Amino acid sequence: MQIHKYDVVIVGAGGAGMRAALESSKRARTAVLTKLYPTRSHTGAAQGGMCAALANVEEDNWEWHTFDTVKGGDYLVDQDAAEIMCREAIDAVIDLEKMGLPFNRTPEGKIDQRRFGGHTRNHGEAAVRRSCFAADRTGHMILQTLYQNCVKQDVEFFNEYYVLDLLMNTGPDGIERTAGVVAYELATGELHVFQAKSVVFATGGAGKVFKTTSNAHTLTGDGMGVAFRRGLPLEDMEFFQFHPTGLAGLGILLSEAARGEGGILRNADGERFMERYAPTIKDLAPRDIVARSMANEVREGRGAGPNKDYVLLDLTHLEPAHIDAKLPDITEFARTYLGVEPYTEPVPVYPTAHYAMGGVPTNVETEVLRNNTDVVPGLYAAGEVACVSVHGSNRLGTNSLLDINVFGRRAGIAAAEYAVDAPWVDLPENPEWLVEGMVEGIRGRESGERVVDLRKALQETMDRNVQVFRTEASMKEALGVIEELKERYANVVVQDKGRRYNTDLLEAIELGFLIELAEVITLGALARKESRGGHFREDYEARDDVNFMRHTMAYRPPVTVEEESPSAPFADEVTLDYKAVTVTRYQPMERKY
Amino acid sequence: MTATATQPSSDEQKAGAVPTFTVTLKVQRYNPEVDEAPHFETYEVTAHATDRVLDALHQIKWEQDGSLTFRRSCAHGVCGSDAMRINGKNRLACKTLIKDVNPDKPITVEPIKGLPLEKDLVVDMEPFFDAYREIQPFLITNGHEPTRERIQSQADRDRFDDTTKCILCAACTTSCPVFWNDGQYFGPAAIVNAHRFIFDSRDDGGSQRLEILNDKEGVWRCRTTFNCTDACPRGIQVTKAIQEVKRALLTSRF
Repeated sequence: MQIHKYDVVIVGAGGAGMRAALESSKRARTAVLTKLYPTRSHTGAAQGGMCAALANVEEDNWEWHTFDTVKGGDYLVDQDAAEIMCREAIDAVIDLEKMGLPFNRTPEGKIDQRRFGGHTRNHGEAAVRRSCFAADRTGHMILQTLYQNCVKQDVEFFNEYYVLDLLMNTGPDGIERTAGVVAYELATGELHVFQAKSVVFATGGAGKVFKTTSNAHTLTGDGMGVAFRRGLPLEDMEFFQFHPTGLAGLGILLSEAARGEGGILRNADGERFMERYAPTIKDLAPRDIVARSMANEVREGRGAGPNKDYVLLDLTHLEPAHIDAKLPDITEFARTYLGVEPYTEPVPVYPTAHYAMGGVPTNVETEVLRNNTDVVPGLYAAGEVACVSVHGSNRLGTNSLLDINVFGRRAGIAAAEYAVDAPWVDLPENPEWLVEGMVEGIRGRESGERVVDLRKALQETMDRNVQVFRTEASMKEALGVIEELKERYANVVVQDKGRRYNTDLLEAIELGFLIELAEVITLGALARKESRGGHFREDYEARDDVNFMRHTMAYRPPVTVEEESPSAPFADEVTLDYKAVTVTRYQPMERKY
Repeated sequence: MTATATQPSSDEQKAGAVPTFTVTLKVQRYNPEVDEAPHFETYEVTAHATDRVLDALHQIKWEQDGSLTFRRSCAHGVCGSDAMRINGKNRLACKTLIKDVNPDKPITVEPIKGLPLEKDLVVDMEPFFDAYREIQPFLITNGHEPTRERIQSQADRDRFDDTTKCILCAACTTSCPVFWNDGQYFGPAAIVNAHRFIFDSRDDGGSQRLEILNDKEGVWRCRTTFNCTDACPRGIQVTKAIQEVKRALLTSRF
């Protein structure tokens, strides 16, 4: 085991992690630990754009953007956080341009902007052109630009280091503070303890809880799982976004920009069905509404294809030159993976698990909360792993690229400023015991069940029971499967017993996080007897502001040193509490588009 | 479909059922903890018409041999993790459909060439990223920063569009015979990323980047074999970009 010492450790090198690193490394000695090479991060898969009220092409302002974000999130958004995000959005975009990001341009040479779901003019009057973009590769350009600037600034990366535990300890002042993290080095199988005054979690999402997902294989919710096992809460995990337009059967993302550029969703009869569900902004309604409408079309027998199990994204009325200029990548995905030519044929699409609105709760300074009011000194989170909460119960398209830039930056500054003044906290005794137990427990097991069988069972039950439509019965069924999987996980076996690049072992560890998070998602959804944003209960179809306009806070007892170092460190019991929503200027209204 | 497609059973003849077929993969294996040298192992998997080579590798790893090791993440051709040699050509495993690589014959899968082999299909990417970092892959500007965005015409933006698509997968660099034979050569990917900035109208670092590429291990080592262009999973005209950098060096115009 090796021990390293840094002022700030950033976990994750996607957009949020690298944006944080650019700030932190200017102010304090910083290490970035990442399970992937930075440019492999899933920020690079984001397509459509990053909204900011630049008003480059039409009248706009950040207050309208804030309103849209709050309404889009079905009023579960913390409005102070949304105000900050939408106000700082403008500088965030300008900062990226100055760093070199190659945005598309207007005829005057300014950053071009286009329409996106749920983004409107003057509180819902009509769609507004707010999304700043680089073709349909905006996430790729953000990831590359941030990495380029990290190279320029000589940011120190530890690539292919999997952070599997968070260390906290009582500081010299008697307060429990962040002490560091424990990481597993993929190349050697060695454990590394990073002692740090502050830690920023920027580990991304957990889409692999579901079978059909736009998410990368590596998005297994590690950061959320690590924090949760240490007794920190997870907020609003029941809110998972299903992106309307995944390639049917595959889940690969086709950007909402396709509809922003004029694409239309049609059912088997060729009907533009969104006219019925959202008469004003139609195909550009927020994602939860579009995804539900699509699923409903299929359920009521109007799906397209031989099995009537998808709908069609129609771009055939757009000029091929326009498609090539604005949507080159996603049309290539349709050609490569489905053999469909979008110039002339509509593309089969169906909702795909896309984004966790919930996560590790933070305040607007990105400090991680240990309960409804108190923070863990020295611990920060930003991006999809965090819940600040700017997305409430449904994130608007483009607001994730915005979130990672605005709150990634804030996290980097806050973590570094804290580290400059804060005391060093001693490492706890045997800091590696939990990770060592997980790793050796699994590696040492000689026989048992394969990872793939458990993961498949988990993903299938989540797709079947906790997806776009949910009921008490479906979720109880899922919980039954999850309960069983928790037991079976204690018997999971890997074939690779080696130390070098043991991805077999890491997939087993990642599965543990997925199972744990699936339980939190489902328990939160079961307890939330209402429908709001991305969470739709067929047995409680209305939003219930009296009882449920509040954030869910899920807790489990922390793993403790007294236990045998467990290879399957699940909790017997998850408890739910609630936290008030911050309302500043927008009282909840009926959500119509 | 291919000749190996099995006759659909009556159940599968239901509309929309995807036919399956059996395909053989010959995968290069090497674990320095136990093997003296790389060798091939053969696996049979059941594939669907829409499956990618990555799906077949996953099937081997998840159901037959968990020790088979390769990198992957996004699984749809944007993260650049899974460049490998498939039937002798550099490709992304997640962007290569099995049905497109003649599944009648065994499909050969090897690691990309020219970088130190770590295990199975995993190579050490550090030399590749070192070359990338060497060409100063970031916007360099002189003078005062404007308060708003820099103005750039769409035509100027289009000038370097092709090279902004690079995902640093190393498929081009590790398909280059010069790179295989001369570990010091920067390689196509680094030059592509230099091009991305040299031809960006906002950038003032062109001269210093060109000076780096004028080095004996720089752009002049390129022998215009076009392997790189063929290998690029993003469709970047790599050889053309290298030619444009060479021309910029000769004319000092860019």
